[in-house]
Amino acid sequence: MKLLYFAWVRQKIGRGDEEMKRAPGVTTIAGLMSSLRERGGGYAEAFAEPARLRAARNREHVPFDTPVCDDDEIAFFPPVTGG
Amino acid sequence: MNLRIQIEDFDIGTECDALAGSGGHVGAIATFVGLVRGDDALIALSLEHYPGMTEREIGRHVQEAQMRWPLLGVTIIHRIGRLLPGARIVFVGVAASHRGAAFEACEFLMDYLKTRAPFWKQEERPQGIAWVEARVSDDNAAQRWRQ
Repeated sequence: MKLLYFAWVRQKIGRGDEEMKRAPGVTTIAGLMSSLRERGGGYAEAFAEPARLRAARNREHVPFDTPVCDDDEIAFFPPVTGG
Repeated sequence: MNLRIQIEDFDIGTECDALAGSGGHVGAIATFVGLVRGDDALIALSLEHYPGMTEREIGRHVQEAQMRWPLLGVTIIHRIGRLLPGARIVFVGVAASHRGAAFEACEFLMDYLKTRAPFWKQEERPQGIAWVEARVSDDNAAQRWRQ
């Protein structure tokens, strides 16, 4: 899986992207967020309040109960503020 | 559709001329230009985006606008990088035969750009740097097109 982070999520984690092997128990975006939070440090901070985050799967906005697959590109970011 | 994500500034006249040339049936061009508002001692804004998703998300909404209104041309330009107060950030231009479609589609596209296109703004002020929080009023503006 490819993971991408933007805005303050990227800053807290300390990098903008990474490759990750999906753990067998991780089947949804929400599950992925929990497993990332368990890494501690900046990850724990970034994923402390899921309500402050949004997710995209393969470049499309999705809710947290969306299933994830091994070759997905998953992005985490705060609500967008363009325009 | 002409969609550009760029660091450089753009020229409104040039963009309007290009839209006017979308075909002999253009009778109306509606444009929106967003500027960096220099309030509360703002020094600069910095914008980042999600390359790939931005184009896809904006493209989807342009397609939806084209289904709702008879449009003859659409130009969307969004700048990224560090911008000073007064600088142009975003341009949405819509060409149509009549003003109703042009006005409405321009507002529709801008409302969706604000709430769905993956851009993030950081504000630089004398007291420090902070990420801009999303506004509920922007969500409400986009939501009314679903009613």
